[in-house]
Amino acid sequence: MGQLTGPTDPAADAGWDDAKPRKGFFTDTSICIGCKACEVACKEWNRNPRDGDLKLLGSSYDNTGALGASTWRHVAFIEQGRDRIDEARESGRALVDLGLPGLPGPSAPAASASAASRVDTTPPDTPEFRWLMSSDVCKHCTHAGCLDVCPTGALFRTEFGTVVVQDDVCNGCGTCVAGCPFGVVERRSDGTYTTPAQRPGQPVEKPVTGVAQKCTLCYDRLVEDQIPACAKACPTTSIKFGNHDELVAQARERVAQLHAQGLTEARLYGANEHDGVGGTGSIFLLLDEPEVYGLPPDPRVCTADLPQMFKRAGLAAAGMFGAAALAFWRSR
Amino acid sequence: MSTSEFDSLRPPEPAGGKRRRKGKGNGRRAGGDGSREMPMVPEAEFSSYYGRPVVKPAPWGHEVAAYLFLGGVAGGSGLLAAGAQLTGRTKLRRNTRLSALVAVMLGAVALVKDLGRPERFVNMLRTFKLTSPMSLGSWILSFFSAGIGVAAVSEIDRMTGERLPLGPLRPVLRAVEGPAGLEAALFAPPLAVYTAVLLSDTATPTWNAAYRDLPFVFVSSASLAASGLAMITTPVFEAGPARRLAIIGAIGDLIAARVTEHRMDPVAAEPLHHGNPGWMLPWSERLAAAGGLGALLGGRHRGVAALSGLALLTASALLRFGFFEAGKESTRDPHYTIEPQKRRLAARRAAGITDDSITTAG
Repeated sequence: MGQLTGPTDPAADAGWDDAKPRKGFFTDTSICIGCKACEVACKEWNRNPRDGDLKLLGSSYDNTGALGASTWRHVAFIEQGRDRIDEARESGRALVDLGLPGLPGPSAPAASASAASRVDTTPPDTPEFRWLMSSDVCKHCTHAGCLDVCPTGALFRTEFGTVVVQDDVCNGCGTCVAGCPFGVVERRSDGTYTTPAQRPGQPVEKPVTGVAQKCTLCYDRLVEDQIPACAKACPTTSIKFGNHDELVAQARERVAQLHAQGLTEARLYGANEHDGVGGTGSIFLLLDEPEVYGLPPDPRVCTADLPQMFKRAGLAAAGMFGAAALAFWRSR
Repeated sequence: MSTSEFDSLRPPEPAGGKRRRKGKGNGRRAGGDGSREMPMVPEAEFSSYYGRPVVKPAPWGHEVAAYLFLGGVAGGSGLLAAGAQLTGRTKLRRNTRLSALVAVMLGAVALVKDLGRPERFVNMLRTFKLTSPMSLGSWILSFFSAGIGVAAVSEIDRMTGERLPLGPLRPVLRAVEGPAGLEAALFAPPLAVYTAVLLSDTATPTWNAAYRDLPFVFVSSASLAASGLAMITTPVFEAGPARRLAIIGAIGDLIAARVTEHRMDPVAAEPLHHGNPGWMLPWSERLAAAGGLGALLGGRHRGVAALSGLALLTASALLRFGFFEAGKESTRDPHYTIEPQKRRLAARRAAGITDDSITTAG
């Protein structure tokens, strides 16, 4: 059993002797154009079946809805007027003003401090209207709730520090679905799946149904030294793939750059290894509060409290034993 | 201005829909003059993403809620069986062993049926994982079933006048039934309590918020349900311990359920009062109180004992289904996820802890 909370290298913590550098995404939503190429590339590469029944959802250009068993990239669209933009800028400024001391990493405190001091007090013209577009994906958490609660070992930590479901082991118990604080993993109730690369001895098409499914960070591509399909397809480099540490540094630079332009609404999501899930493998640059994008504002991996849960359960079990003993004792 | 059949879907335009400056009015602005794109979606309070859930509900049907109940009955019955075994109450021992076996078998069937791939249920025993309550629970269930199975088969053999085709194994069975019954009793409280951890060790707001005290609710509920069943099946002169356990269980249940809710996040506790849980949980309390009182005052009367037992069983079932459903409901509305999280984040910031937020300025 590895670490349940706090900063760690997940692959080494999972017992990999030859762990590779941790891989992840940095999704810079400030340059996302909402083309959904990532969604398409993901579906095609992973042969994920259709999700939903092709209805317009009435949520701007988002007719995908949410991440799920067959949707591993989801582009969110949010339409905002001037008031909301001002609010986002204010909440971002409040975040900067917090100072957020104690952030690890060499550049972080310096970058945010200098950005805060250099901020031009006259903000750039606030647009009348803006579209927020953000391609959401599995976070590949440092402490992954789905992985921790999986009873069969179907979910495992790869040498790249990512979290992958083995669909031939999973028995579809659904515990991981409840365990994910981001609502990513889901049990697939229908659909087929074609083995992506045709390899000898593997069927061309095999149905994958009744099992948990989610983004694999294209594990099958990573082992071939390829980059994930979504990152490859992204035309604006909004989705960046690489070594996690480098991406975090890159994200901090980018957010400092935006702050320097007066765009204080820019903030990072998942780049803090002291957060409730130990930091995420997929980090995001957001332009408003996380819940605006459908992300939880303060996720905490459920197994962080597991030691206390077991203590309380042990106490309760002992109490039950004692109650039964008492019930029989008096009648002897 | 062009018209189309989709115009009816557009949000209504405010009168004189020219642009309004901030401060002049808080009304929603729409692109009435057509000079810019008009938002197709009404400007909602964006505290969530179109009101869509943040976390997903466990894909568990009522089979799992039934299992919470049956696992509790099995665990409590296994414990009563061991007590009866040690104090020489043969009827109580026989009945509770059989109850435990039936309950655990039905429960296991319900669990397997609920899997996405039932034929792979045995994968549950492929590994032993301390971080997974489902894994621990599968092992607890297996060890309990093995013990109570042996003990119950021996009872069946006696009941049928030794007609089971056991051959030379009969003396072996008689020799191991006692130890097997005690082994099952060792796993009985864990069987009754692990489901509490299974539920609370999730991101489901209502379940997770109860993690400190839910185990006490579940063991109490298991105790009173198993005792209730024993009060139905067993003559009053042997059911004394069952009545006492029922009373202890009912008192524990009433206190623990209240304490649990009191210590939960108030927003995460809201689903306990809406919809089905809104009537199930209060009725569970009433029936537990009635059953406990019945056992205390009229337990020596066979009819009253049976009625009280039925009330207790129903109370336990209602509690399990009510709490199960409340959790599922709490995943359907993002409010239950976002609001407690925002509040605890703000509280930590107010207390000066600013280094553990997932959102950072750099």
